Amino acid sequence: MVALTPTAGAGGLAATQAGGPATSSRRRRRTGIGRGLVLLICGIYFIGPLVGAFWFSIQDKVHGGVQFSAYAHVFSAVGFSDAFMLSLKLGIGTVLISLLLMVPTMLLLHLRAPKFRPVVETLCLMPLVIPPVVLVAGVGVVLAWGPNQLAGTPLQTFLNAIQSGKTPWVLILEYVVLTLPFTYRSLDAGIRSVDIHTLTEAGLNLGAGWGTVTMRILLPSLRTSVLNAAFLSFALVFGEYTVASILQYQPFAVFIVAAGQTEGQLSTSLSLLSLLITWLLLLLISLLGGRNSTKVDI
Amino acid sequence: MSSIALESLETGAGTTVEFADVHRVFGSTHALDGLDLKVRPGELLALLGPSGCGKTTALRLLAGFDQPDAGSVLVDGEDVSRLPANKRDMGMVFQSYSLFPTMSAVDNVAFGLRLRGRGAGDRRKRAAELLDLVGLSEHLKKFPHQMSGGQQQRVALARALAISPRVLLLDEPLSALDAKVRAQLRDEIRRIQLELGVTTVFVTHDQEEALSMADRVGVMRDGRLEQCAAPSELYQRPETPFVAEFVGTMNRLPGSMVPGGVRLFTQVVAVDGVVPPAGSDVRALLRPEAVLVEPADGQPGHAMVTTATFFGAVTRLRMTQPDGQEILADVGSHRAADFPAGAQVLISVLDRPVLVRPESESTAATVPGRA
Ligand SMILES: Nc1ncnc2c1ncn2[C@@H]1O[C@H](COP(=O)(O)OP(=O)(O)O)[C@@H](O)[C@H]1O
Ligand SMILES: [Mg+2]
Repeated sequence: MVALTPTAGAGGLAATQAGGPATSSRRRRRTGIGRGLVLLICGIYFIGPLVGAFWFSIQDKVHGGVQFSAYAHVFSAVGFSDAFMLSLKLGIGTVLISLLLMVPTMLLLHLRAPKFRPVVETLCLMPLVIPPVVLVAGVGVVLAWGPNQLAGTPLQTFLNAIQSGKTPWVLILEYVVLTLPFTYRSLDAGIRSVDIHTLTEAGLNLGAGWGTVTMRILLPSLRTSVLNAAFLSFALVFGEYTVASILQYQPFAVFIVAAGQTEGQLSTSLSLLSLLITWLLLLLISLLGGRNSTKVDI
Repeated sequence: MSSIALESLETGAGTTVEFADVHRVFGSTHALDGLDLKVRPGELLALLGPSGCGKTTALRLLAGFDQPDAGSVLVDGEDVSRLPANKRDMGMVFQSYSLFPTMSAVDNVAFGLRLRGRGAGDRRKRAAELLDLVGLSEHLKKFPHQMSGGQQQRVALARALAISPRVLLLDEPLSALDAKVRAQLRDEIRRIQLELGVTTVFVTHDQEEALSMADRVGVMRDGRLEQCAAPSELYQRPETPFVAEFVGTMNRLPGSMVPGGVRLFTQVVAVDGVVPPAGSDVRALLRPEAVLVEPADGQPGHAMVTTATFFGAVTRLRMTQPDGQEILADVGSHRAADFPAGAQVLISVLDRPVLVRPESESTAATVPGRA
């Protein structure tokens, strides 16, 4: 939708320039209508289901009319807060680990080992090609097989550790893999948009060490793309169902589906709520990212 | 301002730089192929050469971004080849815009001072002084994306100078700017450099830039130094055919050696430097301003004018001799009307000693990447 608007605008401009003054206003009106139509269709496509879902969630099936009890029950629903906190934990954990892993990797890749870029790119994009079901099946096999075969080795301890305890590390690690394509793409685009070679050399030249260069020069310059990577990863983890349910955890998405089997309205209101959370997050990120280009005074 | 000068004098002036038989090979490219060069304390040395001749590589070795494969780089007589870039105290201005995008102008300039543990007030004061020195006192709080290219390079210069560098390194800092800003900034860099007395290496492929700014110009070709001399010396007494061709414009007129000099057209002109044996065929090197022309007035001339190019005070005539040889001459623009295209002209040369080269050297005239 966003991408369509400028195209329509450019088309409109070209048409205006091509036609004489007499035809230009009519043409402008026509492209205006065309643009409105596209917007309307997209709007219906995106918002229609949401409105429908919302309508469904507030209907009073017993007495007829409208009631908001599903929303009132959301926060008191059994398992809601556990599932929500779990998703939050998974999201934050995934974001932190993938950034800690990928930011230095990408910087090194661009600055020091550009010839390995195709290899790393292919590896990072694999999760797009391999369905999550296949990934999780593989992980399941290893988890089942590992502890017996590796008994007594540090690997066994590791495999046990990531599955026990309050934090489901195994899920987080899996999500780090699943979100790799998004993290890679965002960071790669960000790094390409600034001249990190020259910035790095300018920093070194002024006497900064590698740590200072990274923390004070490169990361601030890449803030928008780091935030984008974080947002995409978080949104993906927040809505992820397949892997979590197969590994038998119950984060938010799994909880919604489970709730939907008994209470349709509750499930729908939960879905809308999760959408709202994601949107708020997006808003927050764009506010944080936008500050960079608008602030004039420090 | 005097405090800046003082501070730089303590650490900056007096630094010497020497490249001693430096080699740097990238795959099959010999970027530097035995570079020997000495930079004197406090001078502005321009490294001039066609693109790809190794200028940037030499500068990067000096800054510590790269290491030589053989030979050594000496600063004040000390081999710095293994010293990391962030320990070298070299202030560099890059060809591409290199300001930190998330910092304001004053923060960019203060960055190096902060790393050196200077207090907040102190470094702000000095950063402001330096921005004043480069003429940007109005723009302290601006971010790089709010400044023009010329302003950004000024900030970059101030940033490099802020750390009182031992040597100031400039890698084609003006090449991305438009002609007017370029000329202006060129003069300003020179003024500031003279004021601070900091040893400076200025890389450029623009001979006009090099000749107008530098104390000495080092002409490079294929990773080696061809000649290093003061601009006027370089212009008047080029030591190699390459330098003769690359710096300024040079005619290579065929002539023959006779007792007392070289015969050119109807004249015999004294020879400067090494005199080849009489009877040998040579090429005389003559600047267009040393070629004198007269209208032939109906007689058969030495050459025919093909084009006339107006350069303001002078007009450059391109002429063809009957044997097809081209020759260039500059005439005062007030006389240009006497030489329309197709006119026959008589040629003589200014009567002062000329440089000559053996005929066999004449093939080296092609210069890659010449502007
Ligand atoms: N990092 C590098 N890898 C491979 N070749 C390089 C590298 N840096 C420079 N070169 C090559 O070395 C030669 C000299 O380059 P450079 O010093 O940048 O020339 P200049 O600055 O005079 O234009 C060029 O042929 C260039 O392609
Ligand atoms: Mg270069």
